[in-house]
Amino acid sequence: MSQLYNVSLSPHIRAKDTTRGIMLDVLIALLPPMATGVYIFGIRALFITLLSVASCVGWELLYEKLLGLKVTVGDLSAAVTGMILAMNLYSSAPWWLPVLGGGFAVVVVKCLFGGLGQNFMNPALAARCFLLISFPKLMTAYPAVDGVSGATPLAVIKDGGSVPLMTLLIGNHSGTIGETSALAILIGALYLIIRGVIRIRIPAVVILSSALFIAGFGFIKGDAVTPELILSHILGGGLLAGAVFMATDYVTAPVTGWGQVIYAALIGFLTAFIRLFGGSAEGMSYAIIISNLLTPLIEKLTAPRPFGLEKKEAAR
Amino acid sequence: MKTRSFKGGVHPAGGKEMSSGSQIVRLEPKGELIFPMLQHIGAPATPAVKPGDRVLLGSVIGRASGFVSCNIISSVSGTVKRVEPIDNGAGTMIESVVIESDSEYEAVEGFGDPRDYDRLSKDEIRRIISEAGLVGMGGAGFPTSVKLAVKDDSLIDYVIVNGAECEPYITCDHRLMLERTEKAVLGLKILLRLFENAKGVFAVENNKPDAIGALGEAVRGSKRMYVQPLKTKYPQGGERVVVNAVTGRRLSSKKLPSELGCVVVNLATVAAVADAVAYSTPLVSRIVTVTGEDIKEPSNFEVPLGTATGELVEAAGGFLEPPKKIILGGPMMGSSVSGLNVPVTKTTSCILCLKNDGAAAKEPSACIRCGRCLDVCPERLMPAKLKALADRFDYGGFENLGGLECIGCGSCTYICPAKRRLSQSITAAKRQVLADKRAAAQKRSLEPSGGKEGEK
Repeated sequence: MSQLYNVSLSPHIRAKDTTRGIMLDVLIALLPPMATGVYIFGIRALFITLLSVASCVGWELLYEKLLGLKVTVGDLSAAVTGMILAMNLYSSAPWWLPVLGGGFAVVVVKCLFGGLGQNFMNPALAARCFLLISFPKLMTAYPAVDGVSGATPLAVIKDGGSVPLMTLLIGNHSGTIGETSALAILIGALYLIIRGVIRIRIPAVVILSSALFIAGFGFIKGDAVTPELILSHILGGGLLAGAVFMATDYVTAPVTGWGQVIYAALIGFLTAFIRLFGGSAEGMSYAIIISNLLTPLIEKLTAPRPFGLEKKEAAR
Repeated sequence: MKTRSFKGGVHPAGGKEMSSGSQIVRLEPKGELIFPMLQHIGAPATPAVKPGDRVLLGSVIGRASGFVSCNIISSVSGTVKRVEPIDNGAGTMIESVVIESDSEYEAVEGFGDPRDYDRLSKDEIRRIISEAGLVGMGGAGFPTSVKLAVKDDSLIDYVIVNGAECEPYITCDHRLMLERTEKAVLGLKILLRLFENAKGVFAVENNKPDAIGALGEAVRGSKRMYVQPLKTKYPQGGERVVVNAVTGRRLSSKKLPSELGCVVVNLATVAAVADAVAYSTPLVSRIVTVTGEDIKEPSNFEVPLGTATGELVEAAGGFLEPPKKIILGGPMMGSSVSGLNVPVTKTTSCILCLKNDGAAAKEPSACIRCGRCLDVCPERLMPAKLKALADRFDYGGFENLGGLECIGCGSCTYICPAKRRLSQSITAAKRQVLADKRAAAQKRSLEPSGGKEGEK
């Protein structure tokens, strides 16, 4: 009998990009801000970062081994979660904090809901909020920078002070490991955009909407709204890191174009609201995970009309 | 002229350079010829010959069996050996006529006689095209006679000749435009006779500047014909896509091109129109690109229909090493076959031979909701959502989300980083929904009048 060739349904070719490749790109983009963090906060920051990554990968491996599932740590998504969790921790955190947080992120938020693609919230941010609520003291213990134990820029602003913009741009101030250097985050963002991993749409709208609502709410509160204040809000704290690395998470953001705009605008609104009217100086993490919850609804409302169909023909 | 395009689409690696410089070479079949009675969309033709019959070049061996059906015509003179179901290479048995050629090419009377198409009436032109067995030769195989039978000829304002050739690797239309420019233009002129208010447009992707140049030269000074360059992007040659690019009009599954004043005809088909009407030559041969990483000398052949694909591969120098996959048509929408004993049919634009089956080697993994499938879909669907609905047999939801609008271009599957088989699931669900609809319609027609059984 002659040799039979493979028969399958078309298409017979595939693009080169893979899930693993995309995750690797995100890890590469995270290097500038994380490396800056290690430079500013010292070797302890590196230790926390590696521990966080190891914990996320380890928990996923453990979960899949115990349940006899296919091991998927090779897709690097757990490593990304670990990096982003570390980005959101202070270098002064005790060693068990990233271990516990990684477990919550990977096991509770991701694996229990069906693994990659099924989590309804950004795992790293959900873990951060979980830790923030459970261990508020430990999660807000600012590390010292240049021997000066300073509050984070946002805490300073909340108390009516100000921080030089150059300091915010470079990042030599107190904060979580990956959030301090605006410049490093922008380098990461540029890399992701050039590689086609993210579009500028979500970060841009998040920043714009934050700026708008911070100005608006500041006006309502009767604060002195200056360009410096708005810039300090955008550059100080977790807004930039959140806009570039967390709000853009594929799984928890809408896939439709207008959906992404609405979702990003909502994040900006909530961030401004929490920061200006809420009890804490930060607001980005909560703003993102609350918006994550609305993603399915936003997506449903903004589903594109199929090409060529009239409004009445496109059943919904 | 300004290059036009569409929103969405992908850029699969070309592979066209392998064969785009190869001149068309005429090839004579050596072995038996196989003529499947279904080489088109619609009802299979009915065999008009029986074993032992002598047939001539141009003899009708399969008769159209309805309005949407098509004649099958012998491409050689010889003897009918068998009439039996034969595997089409993908496991479907199709009634086929097998002919042993006597290599004489003795033709039926009048075959090849020049004809003055200007003196023919519209009805005569349509009858000739119908008798000649013309179909869309780009791959779909829709009977041309049906396409040209529009309600009101005067309402057609565009006759679009689809020369996009957007699939990677294929160069047969490219060569045809270069080497037989006049024939393509003649075919379009004949079609414009049918539609007196229409402009004739050659729509060609801009990766073929020489073809655009040659056609532009040939239609220079014409008031009714022009060449429209299109951006090189897959699926630029899809019917709805090309109509939108050329006219800005938007087709859907609910609108035929003619309802929007357009008739879209494949480039090879237009050349076949010229052959049939002006030279009394029905569809008995076609140009086939034989190419791929595994072919020694990628070539373009003109062969009699029915020739075994294996003979073409042999003529192209054979394989470099045993191939893993053979595809008839392009890599995006072509169909793979299990062996090379299948014949060249009216829609075989290309025989693509691949050393590796890269697509099969890639295991699908979980959807990460990157949204790329949505970005590339030319129909603006949400492929990931449609696949989820299709996989859990939620056909109502599938239809509501526009699943029936899918044109099966495969861009979503191509782009998916998780290597999910999106278009495969969507196509399967679409077929099922359409089959269910047909069955329901049939059931209704069989019921006594007023048949109501709680249906909406």
